[in-house]
Amino acid sequence: MKNLSFLFIFGISFFPLLCFSFDPETPTDRRVLVLLDDFSLKSSHSIFFNSLKSRGFDLDFKLADDPTLSLRRYGQYLYDALILFSPSTERFGGSLDLAAVLDFVDSGHDLIVAVDASASDLIKNIATECGVDFDEDSSAMVIDHKSYAISGTEGDHTLIASDDFIQSDVILGKTKIKAPVIFKGIAHSVNAANNLVLKVLSASPSAYSANPKSELSSPPLLTGSAISLVSVVQARNNARIMIAGSLDLFSNRLLRTAVQKAGSPDKYEKSGNEQFVTEISKWVFHERGHLKAVNLKHNKVGETDEPAIYRIKDDLKFSVKIYEWSGKSWETYVADDVQVQFYMMSPYVLKTLSTDGKGLYHASFKVPDVYGVFQFKVDYLRLGYTSLSLSKQIPVRPFRHNEYERFITTAFPYYGASFTTMAGFFIFSILYLYNK
Amino acid sequence: MSAPEASSAAVPTLTTNNTLRNAFGGVLSFFILLLIGVLAFSIRLFSVIKYESVIHEFDPYFNYRVTQFLTKNGIYEFWNWFDDRTWYPLGRVIGGTVYPGLTLTAGTIWWLLNSLNIPLSVETVCVFTAPIFSAFASWATYLLTKEVKGAGAGLTAAVLLAMVPSYISRSVAGSYDNEAVAIFALIFTFYLYIKTLNTGSLFYATLNSIAYFYMVCSWGGYTFIINLIPMHVLLCIVTGRYSSRLYIAYAPLVVLGTLLAALVPVVGFNAVMTSEHFASFLVFIIIHVVALVYYIKGILSPKMFKVAVTLVVSVGLAVCCAVIAVLIALVASSPTKGWSGRSLSLLDPTYASKYIPIIASVSEHQPPTWPSYFMDINVLAFLVPAGIIACFLPLSDASSFVVLYIVTSVYFSGVMVRLMLVLAPAACITSGIALSQAFDVFTRSIKFQLPGVSSKTEVDAGETSSATKEAQNDAVKTEKAEETSKDRPSRKSKKKEREHVEKPSTKTKAEKKRLLALPLEASVISLLLLVFLGAFYVVHCVWAAAEAYSAPSIVLTSHSHDGLHVFDDFREAYAWLRHNTDVDDKVASWWDYGYQTTAMANRTVIVDNNTWNNTHIATVGTAMSSPEKAAWEIFHSLDVKYVLVVFGGLVGYPSDDINKFLWMVRIGGGVFPHIKEPDYLRDGQYRIDSQATPTMLNCLMYKLSYYRFVETDGKGFDRVRRTEIGKKYFKLTHFEEVFTTHHWMVRIYKLKPQKNRIRGKTKKSKSKTSSKSSGTRKKNPWL
Repeated sequence: MKNLSFLFIFGISFFPLLCFSFDPETPTDRRVLVLLDDFSLKSSHSIFFNSLKSRGFDLDFKLADDPTLSLRRYGQYLYDALILFSPSTERFGGSLDLAAVLDFVDSGHDLIVAVDASASDLIKNIATECGVDFDEDSSAMVIDHKSYAISGTEGDHTLIASDDFIQSDVILGKTKIKAPVIFKGIAHSVNAANNLVLKVLSASPSAYSANPKSELSSPPLLTGSAISLVSVVQARNNARIMIAGSLDLFSNRLLRTAVQKAGSPDKYEKSGNEQFVTEISKWVFHERGHLKAVNLKHNKVGETDEPAIYRIKDDLKFSVKIYEWSGKSWETYVADDVQVQFYMMSPYVLKTLSTDGKGLYHASFKVPDVYGVFQFKVDYLRLGYTSLSLSKQIPVRPFRHNEYERFITTAFPYYGASFTTMAGFFIFSILYLYNK
Repeated sequence: MSAPEASSAAVPTLTTNNTLRNAFGGVLSFFILLLIGVLAFSIRLFSVIKYESVIHEFDPYFNYRVTQFLTKNGIYEFWNWFDDRTWYPLGRVIGGTVYPGLTLTAGTIWWLLNSLNIPLSVETVCVFTAPIFSAFASWATYLLTKEVKGAGAGLTAAVLLAMVPSYISRSVAGSYDNEAVAIFALIFTFYLYIKTLNTGSLFYATLNSIAYFYMVCSWGGYTFIINLIPMHVLLCIVTGRYSSRLYIAYAPLVVLGTLLAALVPVVGFNAVMTSEHFASFLVFIIIHVVALVYYIKGILSPKMFKVAVTLVVSVGLAVCCAVIAVLIALVASSPTKGWSGRSLSLLDPTYASKYIPIIASVSEHQPPTWPSYFMDINVLAFLVPAGIIACFLPLSDASSFVVLYIVTSVYFSGVMVRLMLVLAPAACITSGIALSQAFDVFTRSIKFQLPGVSSKTEVDAGETSSATKEAQNDAVKTEKAEETSKDRPSRKSKKKEREHVEKPSTKTKAEKKRLLALPLEASVISLLLLVFLGAFYVVHCVWAAAEAYSAPSIVLTSHSHDGLHVFDDFREAYAWLRHNTDVDDKVASWWDYGYQTTAMANRTVIVDNNTWNNTHIATVGTAMSSPEKAAWEIFHSLDVKYVLVVFGGLVGYPSDDINKFLWMVRIGGGVFPHIKEPDYLRDGQYRIDSQATPTMLNCLMYKLSYYRFVETDGKGFDRVRRTEIGKKYFKLTHFEEVFTTHHWMVRIYKLKPQKNRIRGKTKKSKSKTSSKSSGTRKKNPWL
């Protein structure tokens, strides 16, 4: 019986884990499905895969047209993340299709998509659904006659050396990537209005997207820095997606090659690819930049319990704890730009939270002189970090009938007037009635 | 004026006989009143018997919820209640914005019963409050009419009021609204005013103020009292009927009444600040001036008085002009001229429809149609003129009040159908007077003609012989009236005599008898006809109570060839909301359903029937009239999770949201000008068929109402509008249907959450890719 109840409690406490994509307590992915066009990729991209394995990921390699493919069984997802290294697949095997992949993402799982010049419509559609548009011309590649990587075959300017990284320590790690990243693949663009997608690696202003084997008949549609080589998407449910226009970017060949950017005297023994793909995969698999906010608390100054309702002009204290996931454990997150709003249709109070350096953020303020149903809102959106948006509803009531001032100083003349009138009337009545 | 009390003293030989008759009459009228009370109570129980013991309509649900809160939390919590479950996110200070009279009354009844160990639920008490108070109201009518024209008229008026359909419509069991107790308070206040006016007693004047206080607590209609009584006072002064009794009846009412009214939180300083109360203060000043003039007239010689008058009038006029000019300037500086919108629309019936669509949109604020007079007061409409004439024979202070009351209430009922309720008591009183006078004339004639009872008539005549002309005229009433009115306090008799002296009799008894005597046959036939009239009235009232006014409107029934159909969709929907949504979820609907949603589903609403914030309602109206995406954004900004629409197209329920939709457009457009009414009309016609405008066919209300409607019969035939709908096949992109009731009368939609991903560009080369992937691609609505 005791055992049973223990099991029950155990089950209950783990129930949320089963519902969510990643364990909220350990957000890093563990089980990764890798879909390949053929198994030779396993060896040609082994450095990248080995780096994942060494970080503790459980990689499951399958062919993209494997008829037993399935992401979920009995309503549970079998994997935490998906790597699509199968650019030319027209149809997935098994129960996997476009909708299944998107549902996988929409339920909070991560995705890495890499394509090359042979990208199929299926893969392109996945990218489009995530907000990334590959070049419509299926034979086009990114060509750059200025910042190409100098290699053996002269005149092949599709091998691009790019060092136009996104400025974010969260996404690309604290160590600066010195060597340029070599890229050979197709171009994509992102909608500037789409605030979920980020260009991590952009092409140089002189790049364009065209078929390298034929002459340009018309001006290319995608040119310059509008071309994104590698983009990441953080969906609203904090699922992370990486889309790379080049599968070779991850290959051992480009990871190990020496690189010299055309027109630049610097020659590097090793390209920046290895550092780039490692760091960005850490971000995609939630080893970095994952925040959580817990212990949202508020109370009146001088009290400890959370009230069900505030009165106007109450002084209150608000606090919240924010932690960052380091890949292994929750570390305190320190920032000076976390703000709290006291919100009713518009923020009545907007205050920057001060931190004690141990993850506790707090602020005290006075409830505005407006009653209504307010919300404590913390909307923390920073580049690379998961978006934190907490809100907690709290009504604010006006004064009770006995909470107003009993005597108002400015009204003393009126009090005096009424009492003298009463006294006067009383005396007058006595005199009038009894004094003949 | 009342009965010929003086007669009994004048004819001492008949005293014993009269005492007996008085006692008999007293007991008889007591039992008659008791039966009237039972009648008033039981005629209102049709709704409970035909349906169930349930709260009706919209506002009663709010009152019920407030009463529950009161009984649970006590009066102080009620007073300070800030309700965060309505008008989200503004909230509403219930304690300060509600007329507490009804709630406190029902709460007190419940508390009393519970302390007597009668465990009734709050709902039961609320359901039966209105019938109980209708009994009180008929007794108050008896008292008032008795004060005016004697007990016979009183009983007749009471029995008429007990079953007047207009009043039944607002006070059937379950109709737990302010009017239920307010009509009693109104009549009782009038009674005490007349009583004070007749007796000149300060005791009654104080009671009158307290009754007025109760009225202020109960209903916003108290402004009718505080304007009608000053009007009457002014009328008395102008017609030279000023007396100290009038002063006593009026001055304490204004002073005490205003002080007491200011204690009610919802009135507060309005009792002295708004124009509705202005007339009472003006008349208060005038009555003092008049009192002063009478006083001075008493102590000065006539010549001196004339000099004083010219002096005072010239100075007084100048001062008055100055004061009035200042007042007008003050009043004119406020945009609404110091009047609230509802009152302004009373004075200028077109005001609301021109400027305040939110007032005009309520059906009970519309002017009534002619048939509704016959429906609501029936034969009383014919009897009222006769009653008015009877009030002029002779005109006394009290009867002039009744005339004034009926005239003003007829006007107000013509402005707003809801105020038919104020007309009903006045009509009952005048009709009661008319009927009893007529009966009296006819029975007296019969008695006079029939030889067998002529001796008795002689006795009657003898009784009245010493009375003055006024008393003789007053004697035109049923015997019961005479009997009960004998036991008047002598003080009053004295006062009467004093009045009588002023109007000496001119006609002799014989002359008058001849005048009143009608031919026997005519009397009998007229009596029969009157009885028929009464019978017709009773039949009509019972029919109205049983058929027309007992529907609770949350449960609907319809009879068809295959039997009775019950439409319980509203409660089905509210129960669904209560059981399937989170407790803090917000439900948006048109404001009509706000009270019901908070009371029955216990969910937070955006707007409700207390239409205090026009902008908020306009926001919801705008959302309903906008296309889906704009509407989604508006609702999302208000944290709305569910949208509820009422749709009658499947079963033919005419008061659904599509029929109310133009008001949403108007109210929304009044605040947000991008919503334009003509966009929704085709050539000025409101239609939802294929001729409807694209704006109409794409607005949220249309979509939510007719989503999947075509699946019901394959054609999409709307049985309310009697047409096929214009746009039959469409998908919702930002809303999803979560619940539709059995008869489709209530449909609940959920706002879809914001899309998880933002899509890239739409596929430009559809032709290239569609063949391969269109089958597998999920339609993504979010772009």
